[in-house]
Amino acid sequence: MSSRTNRWRKTVSLEQINNLNKRFRQLSSNKETLSREDLASIPDLDNNPIRLQIINAFFDKRNLSQSEVGIVQEIGFEEFLMVLTHFQPAAMDITEDNREKLRRTKLRFLFNMHDTDGNGIITLEEYRQAVEELLSKAGTIAPETVKAIADAAMLDVASTTRGKMEPDEFYEGITFEHFLQILKTLDIETTMHVRFLNLDTANMRCGK
Amino acid sequence: FAFPNAEKSDLPVFAMNYSRIQVPFEITLWVLLASFAKIGFHIYHKVTFWVPESCLLISIGLMVGAIMHAVHEEPPSVLSYNIFFLYILPPMVLDSGYFMPTRPFFENIGTVLWFAVVGTLWNSIGVGMSLYGVCQIGALEVQDINLQENLLFASIISAVDPVAVLNVFEDVSVNEQLYIVVFGESLFSDAVTVVLYNMFTFVAEMPVVETVDVFLGVAKFFVVGLGGLAFGLVFGFVASFTTRFTSNVREIEPLFIFMYSYLAYLVAELFNISSIMAIVTCALTMKYYVEENVTQRSCTTIRHVVKMLSSISETLIFFFLGVVTITTEHEWNWGYILFTLLFAFLWRGLGILVLTQIINPFRTIPFNFKDQFMLGYSGLRGAVTFALVFTLPDHIVRKKLFVTATICIILFTVFIQGISIRPLVEFINVRRTNRNLDTINVEVHSRLMEHAIAGIEDICGQWGHYYWKDKFMKFNNQILRKILIKDNQAESSIVALYKKLELQNAMEILDTVSEGTSTAPSVISLRKEKGPGKPKRKFVAADLRKMHDILSKNMYKIRQQTTEYTTKHSLPNDSHTKEILIRRHGTIRRSLRELCVCVCVYHSESKTKLTTSLFLSDNGEDETLSGGGYPSAPRSRIGQPSRSSSRVSLPLRRLDTLTEVSSSAGVDLVDERSGGRGRAGGRGKSRLNSSSSDSRVPAPPCHFDSSEVFHGNRDSMPEQEEPLSLSVTWAEEPSDHDDSSTQNPLLRRPRWNPVKPKNP
Repeated sequence: MSSRTNRWRKTVSLEQINNLNKRFRQLSSNKETLSREDLASIPDLDNNPIRLQIINAFFDKRNLSQSEVGIVQEIGFEEFLMVLTHFQPAAMDITEDNREKLRRTKLRFLFNMHDTDGNGIITLEEYRQAVEELLSKAGTIAPETVKAIADAAMLDVASTTRGKMEPDEFYEGITFEHFLQILKTLDIETTMHVRFLNLDTANMRCGK
Repeated sequence: FAFPNAEKSDLPVFAMNYSRIQVPFEITLWVLLASFAKIGFHIYHKVTFWVPESCLLISIGLMVGAIMHAVHEEPPSVLSYNIFFLYILPPMVLDSGYFMPTRPFFENIGTVLWFAVVGTLWNSIGVGMSLYGVCQIGALEVQDINLQENLLFASIISAVDPVAVLNVFEDVSVNEQLYIVVFGESLFSDAVTVVLYNMFTFVAEMPVVETVDVFLGVAKFFVVGLGGLAFGLVFGFVASFTTRFTSNVREIEPLFIFMYSYLAYLVAELFNISSIMAIVTCALTMKYYVEENVTQRSCTTIRHVVKMLSSISETLIFFFLGVVTITTEHEWNWGYILFTLLFAFLWRGLGILVLTQIINPFRTIPFNFKDQFMLGYSGLRGAVTFALVFTLPDHIVRKKLFVTATICIILFTVFIQGISIRPLVEFINVRRTNRNLDTINVEVHSRLMEHAIAGIEDICGQWGHYYWKDKFMKFNNQILRKILIKDNQAESSIVALYKKLELQNAMEILDTVSEGTSTAPSVISLRKEKGPGKPKRKFVAADLRKMHDILSKNMYKIRQQTTEYTTKHSLPNDSHTKEILIRRHGTIRRSLRELCVCVCVYHSESKTKLTTSLFLSDNGEDETLSGGGYPSAPRSRIGQPSRSSSRVSLPLRRLDTLTEVSSSAGVDLVDERSGGRGRAGGRGKSRLNSSSSDSRVPAPPCHFDSSEVFHGNRDSMPEQEEPLSLSVTWAEEPSDHDDSSTQNPLLRRPRWNPVKPKNP
């Protein structure tokens, strides 16, 4: 198992992993690997505006290991867990260093959700798409508003991170470092986590 | 009175009839006196900084009491059980309920209820038992106090009232969880205390308590609590539903709110269920829907009146406390009183420790020791405690002792803890919250994160926190909002935020207009995309710099409004918004209104209705814009004055959006719906409304010279079509961009130079 998953095991009990395993089996209909369709068939996800991105996140190689890019078609339980490690809670006695690392990991996850073409930069188009999806369930929003919002956000990033730009300079897009910078105020290491219960969740819900 | 056959008495030219007006007169005088005291405190800012207001009020009360004692006057015996519970308590509780920051509350609701309910129970029973134990000690001469009476007394002194602490917390920006737990605890401990009080007064009259009674007591507790909740919900929904139809009777809109809340309270009292729970739930439910339905002015009025009433109540109680301390006969019993103090602190501290240990594993952000210490230390007793003990039925033999002990503990906690909390908070360095300015990016990404978490929870098959939130939001959007809100559209908080920012921009523009310095930046030359093949946009840096200045100064400064409303002694701080909208100028007013109409509305093609006029203010004082979600408005100084041209050309679009405006406005332009529930709960809504009668708009100074007429929107403001000999120029945007281009409001600014605006 990778080191990240190993670290995670310290904050997560064996029982929780067992439960997740059961859930994995349930989702994959007892196959060894999970495919996109398995995840897409979870009924509760239908209401989620960014369901596609979430599902894609499981199959995104960047979330599975640090170095590769690309998409896999199927994942095993290991990879399933790996993606879930992004949502581990911060331990109470976490050191500053580890907190920073944890923060980066989680923000990296979010960044990867945006950066659909994998070039390490969130461009205006990608941002727009993200905003559009986010607002897709919220009633009728005109596309101009969506664009305007995305533009404004990009502008904000540009002005905060680049500051003084030369005339005619070109703002490519948000890099990961910029991303970190603009989301400084978000307490992501404490808020972005899912508490994996010790209960047997596989039998709790009838829907997949 | 004259006998009919008596001598004729002359027509009194001048006569005094004091007895007729005595009661209202004295009440008014008392309220006035207390209010003068409040004015007096704030003369010197440092005083209120270091010493909480409750202390000051009590001190003044002490002085007045001393004076009265010296002249052998009795304080008016107005504080009876009914008066307190029917007239004085409801406003205080309504205030707490109405200004409760909803999002943090619901996120921490388990913890809040845990500490409030279980904590209060723990305190009451613990202290009661211990005191009973102490009573057995013969030396203290308190053996005649039986268990029931001890429990009664203990339950009275378990009601916490940490107003002073909350003020300090807010100033220091302590972390949200601590804040909301203390806030919620104060509210619900009042509820629990009142229930216990009623129970124990009843029980104290009984000669013998059997186990059946204990079980009945427990059952009653639940009935009372849940019943209060249910009543509150019902009334809240009815109130929201009513406000859906009140658009034609705007003047009495606030009345509905108050009547319904009070009704909830009274009906709950009728059935002897927890009226505090009822009114709090009613306020919580109502607030969200009502604030979307009523006009801006009503919204402001409601907030103001709620604050005012609660302020009166609280002031009166503390003041009265001070007076009564001097004038009442005390029964002093060193032992009992000291033990009371000791046990109160002991049990509270112990309670916090134990309860935190139990609940920490369930919390996402556990409480560390500093938090726990702060929690324990914020156990100030206050108004409710005093009123409850003062109105104890007289058959309680040792009532005077109880009163004395209560006054002691209140004075001790309020003065000593209240004054020392501020340096202590700094010294201990409690975890603070990041009350930083929200940006669109943060908003977008937090939402993304929430959805991601909800998605992961779904994938893992769990019912996490976000699961419930999502489900509720869905229910809310699909069902509740349709019923309870007129002209409903589900709206995302991102869009709401965005609109707010646009409005802020618009105001900026107007500010620069009124400033007379053409300081608005030039339009960002945002090259429109030529086609699908060119996804990238170019931000020209010179404009960007200007924009950056404005952005950094004004644009995304939306204060997180969670704790803004909870200062019990003051309204939300709208001082920033005061900076706009100060100057009046008759003829220019209307034209400028059109101006901002266009500014705000011009680009938006979304079907959601957009607020147009921004400038309403009743007296330009506090509530200029929204009741409080409003972002801090741009300062009056924007950017660097670089050009002195006076022509403003703002690209306009066809204003067909306003044709979609519902006629609910009439002359008024439509209110904006803003705010998804979660976020905006704390943030308030930027609902702006204008009515031609008394809206004020900053007038540009007259040295503008313009020639062109502003073509505003015709539909909604028929009376403003006349050309205005005004300083502002508005030009139609050159039509060489198609409708699909982003008329990006945030990036498009009025051009202050004679140059034709660059094409987007």
